[in-house]
Amino acid sequence: MKRAQRSTRPSTPTPIGQGATRRQSFDPRQWLRSYGRLHAQVLLASLGRLYRTPFSTLLTMAVIAIALALPSGLLVVLDNLQRLNTSWDDSSSVSLFLKQTVNETQADRLARELKDWPRIAEVRTLHRDQALKEFQEFSGFGSALETLDENPLPNVLELRPASADTPGQDYEALLDDLRRLPEVELAQLDLQWVRRFGALMDMGRRGILVVGALLGLAVLLIVGNTIRLDIQNRREEIEVSKLIGGTDAFIRRPFLYTGLWYGLLGALLAWILVGLGFWLVDEPARRLAGLYDSSFLLSGLSWQGTGMLLLTGIALGLAGSWLAVGRHLSAIEPT
Amino acid sequence: MIRFENVSKRYPGGYEALSGLNLHLSRGQMAFLTGPSGAGKSTLLKLIALIERANQGQIHIDGHNLAKVGRRGIPYLRRRIGVIFQSHKLLFDRTVFDNVALPLVISGYSTHDIGRRVRAALDKVGLLGKERAYPVTLSGGEQQRVGIARAVVNKPALLLADEPTGNLDPDLSREIMQLFAQFNQVGVTVLVASHDLNLISRMNYPILRLKQGRILATGGMDEDAGT
Repeated sequence: MKRAQRSTRPSTPTPIGQGATRRQSFDPRQWLRSYGRLHAQVLLASLGRLYRTPFSTLLTMAVIAIALALPSGLLVVLDNLQRLNTSWDDSSSVSLFLKQTVNETQADRLARELKDWPRIAEVRTLHRDQALKEFQEFSGFGSALETLDENPLPNVLELRPASADTPGQDYEALLDDLRRLPEVELAQLDLQWVRRFGALMDMGRRGILVVGALLGLAVLLIVGNTIRLDIQNRREEIEVSKLIGGTDAFIRRPFLYTGLWYGLLGALLAWILVGLGFWLVDEPARRLAGLYDSSFLLSGLSWQGTGMLLLTGIALGLAGSWLAVGRHLSAIEPT
Repeated sequence: MIRFENVSKRYPGGYEALSGLNLHLSRGQMAFLTGPSGAGKSTLLKLIALIERANQGQIHIDGHNLAKVGRRGIPYLRRRIGVIFQSHKLLFDRTVFDNVALPLVISGYSTHDIGRRVRAALDKVGLLGKERAYPVTLSGGEQQRVGIARAVVNKPALLLADEPTGNLDPDLSREIMQLFAQFNQVGVTVLVASHDLNLISRMNYPILRLKQGRILATGGMDEDAGT
């Protein structure tokens, strides 16, 4: 059939209309190629369509971007706080106040024993005499302390726990074990508030999830509404396509891809917004960390986070357009 | 190619457009469909293209019973029928080329094939030079010819036309009808609805006269069309 057409001069009245009833046998590879071609064409065509209406496209993109940038920006902030928290965790320590009856050699022996515990990374012994001396030197109560008959301070062991995976959680069990030791008068976690902070962060994460879900819903509706208007504007085209044999999938496709582009472009813009925010805060954060003698560095969106952001955008765009298409396309039938 | 058996179509509201209509058009035949407004010409064509469904009776197109073509099957049936509308139904935001290419794009042809076929179709209707033009810049007759090119670009075995010369002057109308005759000569089955009796009676094809949803009489040369 093809060869016949090629060899025919355009002016002779043969080829058109002939032989449509002869069906080509089904070839999966050819089918796949034409299917892929259809998709690629529509993908580019829908992008081109967006490009031709730059203002409204930018507007929609910006709305989606802001809605996506807010939760992802907050998540970045939270991640940074969490990292700050873990760096504090490393410096958290347990003070073990031994009973008055425990002397220096016994304290040393206990220290050696504790060093073998897997949950304890480091033990530092603070003998009572040494402690008293330090106290006299630094507290300013030097002369008052000299009047005491005997040293009121106990021997103290300072332990640094092996860093736990979940901050704050492992310490409670360790503290209980330590309190059960006969030599121990009091075991105290120095950074109790680390755990409180952790709990606060958990709450924050939950809150961001809620906000993020609401904003995601907003993106869904924005895309859905934009696509709905698009469908109305292209009503004639849809009708004509249906009349000349366009399948539902064919007619659906440009709208789905438009939604996909909205989502992807919105997510890219959101990524830029988050990056911009990060860039604005980075410099002051460095200065602040410098003042605290900390080597803490802000980190922006990770590759993983970027991927998640883009995927979320695409998914929301597709879902939004799917909603609109499902509701409004079937209503348009040629008459 | 087209077979109607006792077909009735009643629109919601009770208006009966076709009642107990019988019609047979064999493969490769060409016929005109005429009758006063409201006689059911458009309805008959719409039933063939499955734009409407019959309430009663059987319609076979190219051996397919239309009652058995489901919603999903409609597009594939329509691809095998070229339909030409009085209102052209062109897309005015696209070039002539893109308008004519649409059926091929829908069927998933390669860009190369599309270009070749679209140019062949445009050449056939005498619009080869207007590929890049937008429909709005064309005259009524030219727009109709773009519509025809779009209907035949997919090489359908059946061509339907609903008042294709409705808005054209006699000379242009004759040209358009001659175009249909040319397609028929290469084997396409053609059914043209028209009330331009003056024009169609001068052409040598059977004329089916519709009145109040029935075929009254068959004029022209081929007597086996109609009841």
